[in-house]
Amino acid sequence: MSDTEHGTENGTGAANEVNGTESKGTGAGGTESYELVVNGVRRRVEGALPTESLLRVLRDRLGLPGAKNACEQGECGSCSVLVDGVLVCSCLELAAAAAGCEITTVEGLVGTGAEPTAAPLTDVQRAIVEAGGVQCGFCTPGFVVAIHDLLERVPDPSPLDVREALAGNLCRCTGYGRILAAVEQVITDRAAGGSPVAVRPAEGSR
Amino acid sequence: MTDVDAPVRDRPAPPAGVVGESPARPDGSAKVQGRFAFASDLEAEGMLWGRTLRSPHPHARIRAVDVAPALALPGVACVVTADDVRGAATYGLISADQPVFARDVVRFEGEPVAAVAADHPDTAQRALEAIRVEYEPLPALVDPEAAAGAEPIHPDGNVIRHVRIRHGDEDATGDVVVEGTYEVGMQDQAFLGPEAGLAVPDGEGGVDLWVATQWLHHDRDQVAACLGLPPERVRLHLGGVGGAFGGREDVSMHVHACLLALRTDQPVKMSYQRDESFLGHVHRHPARLRYRHHATYDGRLVKVEADVLLDGGAYASSSAAVAANAARFACGPYRVPNAVIDAVAVRTNNPPCGAMRGFGAVQVCFGHESQMDKLAARLGIPPVELRLRNALRPGDVLPTGQRLTGAAPVAECIRAAVAHPLPPPAGDGLLERPGGAGRTAEPGRVQRGVGVAVGYKNLMFSEGFDDSSEARVRLAGGTAWVTCAVAEVGQGFVTLAQQIVRSALGCESVVLEPASTTAIGSAGSSSASRQTWMSGGAVLRACRLVADQVRSALARRLGVEATALRLGDGGRITAAPGAEVTVDTTVTEAAGDEAFEASAVHRHPVTQPLDERGQGDADVSFAFAAHRAVVDVDVDLGLVRVVQVSTGQDVGKVLHPVQVTGQIEGGIAQGVGLAVMEEIVVDQGLVRNPSFTDYLIPTAADAPEVLATCIEEPEPGAPFGAKGVGEPPTISSTAAVVAAIRNATGVDVTRVPVRPWDLV
Repeated sequence: MSDTEHGTENGTGAANEVNGTESKGTGAGGTESYELVVNGVRRRVEGALPTESLLRVLRDRLGLPGAKNACEQGECGSCSVLVDGVLVCSCLELAAAAAGCEITTVEGLVGTGAEPTAAPLTDVQRAIVEAGGVQCGFCTPGFVVAIHDLLERVPDPSPLDVREALAGNLCRCTGYGRILAAVEQVITDRAAGGSPVAVRPAEGSR
Repeated sequence: MTDVDAPVRDRPAPPAGVVGESPARPDGSAKVQGRFAFASDLEAEGMLWGRTLRSPHPHARIRAVDVAPALALPGVACVVTADDVRGAATYGLISADQPVFARDVVRFEGEPVAAVAADHPDTAQRALEAIRVEYEPLPALVDPEAAAGAEPIHPDGNVIRHVRIRHGDEDATGDVVVEGTYEVGMQDQAFLGPEAGLAVPDGEGGVDLWVATQWLHHDRDQVAACLGLPPERVRLHLGGVGGAFGGREDVSMHVHACLLALRTDQPVKMSYQRDESFLGHVHRHPARLRYRHHATYDGRLVKVEADVLLDGGAYASSSAAVAANAARFACGPYRVPNAVIDAVAVRTNNPPCGAMRGFGAVQVCFGHESQMDKLAARLGIPPVELRLRNALRPGDVLPTGQRLTGAAPVAECIRAAVAHPLPPPAGDGLLERPGGAGRTAEPGRVQRGVGVAVGYKNLMFSEGFDDSSEARVRLAGGTAWVTCAVAEVGQGFVTLAQQIVRSALGCESVVLEPASTTAIGSAGSSSASRQTWMSGGAVLRACRLVADQVRSALARRLGVEATALRLGDGGRITAAPGAEVTVDTTVTEAAGDEAFEASAVHRHPVTQPLDERGQGDADVSFAFAAHRAVVDVDVDLGLVRVVQVSTGQDVGKVLHPVQVTGQIEGGIAQGVGLAVMEEIVVDQGLVRNPSFTDYLIPTAADAPEVLATCIEEPEPGAPFGAKGVGEPPTISSTAAVVAAIRNATGVDVTRVPVRPWDLV
């Protein structure tokens, strides 16, 4: 089955919930320890190099691979996350500099509903799946975060507004047509009062 | 008493999501939630990070390699070079001419020289910087025109392949002759997911590799040969693939990661960054195309002369097959009674080139379609009309001498493409002007143009290649499990496999087992628009074998001959006409809790190699498409906005309307990219723009409106009559955009991508 779940364990870093005593410290070998608030959960990062990007810390130390590594230059949007509610490319943010900020990743975008097997999809996620906006899916988490951010700020964007707002997210498979169709569907549904959205933190961030 | 039409009892409803419907992808939810494991997401306990040291020179002799300083760094576990390759020193898709690591000489910028494994990606990077390589730079052969006559830069010589086609009367002449020389720049697949994989040693000298690829079994054979291991001790499993488009046909980090894992006896992960990805995979061949078209005054093609030069770069990859495609499709989808075609792929010290969506047909399409427009202008015949007059029809003979026996709705594609409504004039929105977010265009200086192009290419591998795919289907307890080693690269085979099983067995619950070399035989490559036909065909065959088994079992239970039961659409089992039994069920329902299993290998009809005159029935099937593009051009700044692309595409049969639309829209975006923005800039053998900052692909603001019509003319011999749909959208969309730019500006554009300074 290609629908592969990650194991909940990750091998490369200690990521524990802690009672925040200090938010930042310097350790042996020039490494740092600090705390990030990710999807509403405080996460301790130990022994990280100060040069590590937020993307790397999320992926390799906190076991949150939803933000993707595609360009490392802030050009493709695959690593999009929200830092204190602002859409950023996590590859361009130093993780240590985000200590104490509220970080929302795609793993923290969870819809309402009662699907028994997995966290329910948000309206944006559901629309992307149904409209055929996913092919390889590598850009998809970044689009999900960016679309939620757009519609949060601008509930009724014009089609051109949507294209411009999403121009920081590259997709190589779809030509964007089905992604844009999904966005239009969400705009229509929300305007009709259907599928109320409640974005909430994922339980324990996986 | 038999009455198959009467409802005898609760007639089972057909399952949702059968062939022809648009069920959601089975991996869709995981992908939108970030739960889908791409190859670059994999990790293992005790894992090391691997990285590859690459040549900074396009051509240089290696005098010495000193890895000791790297090994001395804390955290560095292992460094490997050419000396550590115990098996075959070289690998390659068609001919094994590319070293795992360069030993004496490097032939392109980015050629691997060593690899390291370390406890942290940054440690691995520092280790690369610590390795001392003494290079003696050599003159780089960077001009493909000079390659054939130059000193060989590789023991296999500088001409990778020269394909000649001589068809009809070589001396035929037309009433009018038009000539042109055209150039195609180097395009990159630019898949979003970087090359990545995780190699895990098994402790007994073998290794498992989870990797993003297009063809597990062919990779496995190449990796095993280089490791000096029998194939069964090298097990490849599909890691989640973040797009491919041809760029994952060649081995990338596979051998390096396995070598490091075997040497350290620890799992090793490798994941390229974007700059390394640009250097670490092959690109679309840049091409120079020289054409001479002969025609009668009333616009009938008499002869096409074509001379195609493809820059294969340093290693062969699939250049030989690309050259053959460029030759076979050089004339376009037209009746051409006489043809003189030469296509040559040469070796240079430029980046290696190989497979990319469209595979040789894209380059020549820009040439033949530019020529058709030139001919139309010369004859005073509208471009669409000229194409319709010459459009291939079933029964026509191609320049290879092969007769078209399948569906060939070329004229229908053209008519459908131009039947779509034209877009309204651009509005006042800044984003509706060329230059988009740059907000530079003066509305009064923007001119609109419209252009049309038509193209075609082969489906499946050609020239006698023994192409096959194997699938296994197990049906038990109302669920079907499908095993097939298809590389799902985003194209949606996972959805299609479920649809086929539902249609064949009436089984709603379909589970796809992981793709792996340990599970089953080869499915062949996810390329050449072949998996729908080949692996779709294998899954369908396996389903039919299972259905036969179930029918026999049911017949035994009912005490009748198997022939008394009829298998119908949707996996329905009913009584055969005249049979003395009453039954109306599905294969799945009839199977109940008993397990049934069958495997099948699907092969297409045998094809022939081309002879010395380029003649032979080299292809199984062809797919056609026509595109009409509408552009707005700022004539002062040379900026282009592609407003709309409409298309008519020959698909045989639409199996999943949404996925077909996605292939068409995505393929057109890549064609638009080649037309107006995408090029790897190579200067004296050095890549100048290996990043998404400098290599531009279309964004949502650049992608045009797409209007598509699928021409459904079932293809004989194809499962469900369906043709592969992935490549045709990319073939002629580029040429259509350029035709529209010429129409808007009057500038005789002869090169893609079209740059602003080409227009002003």
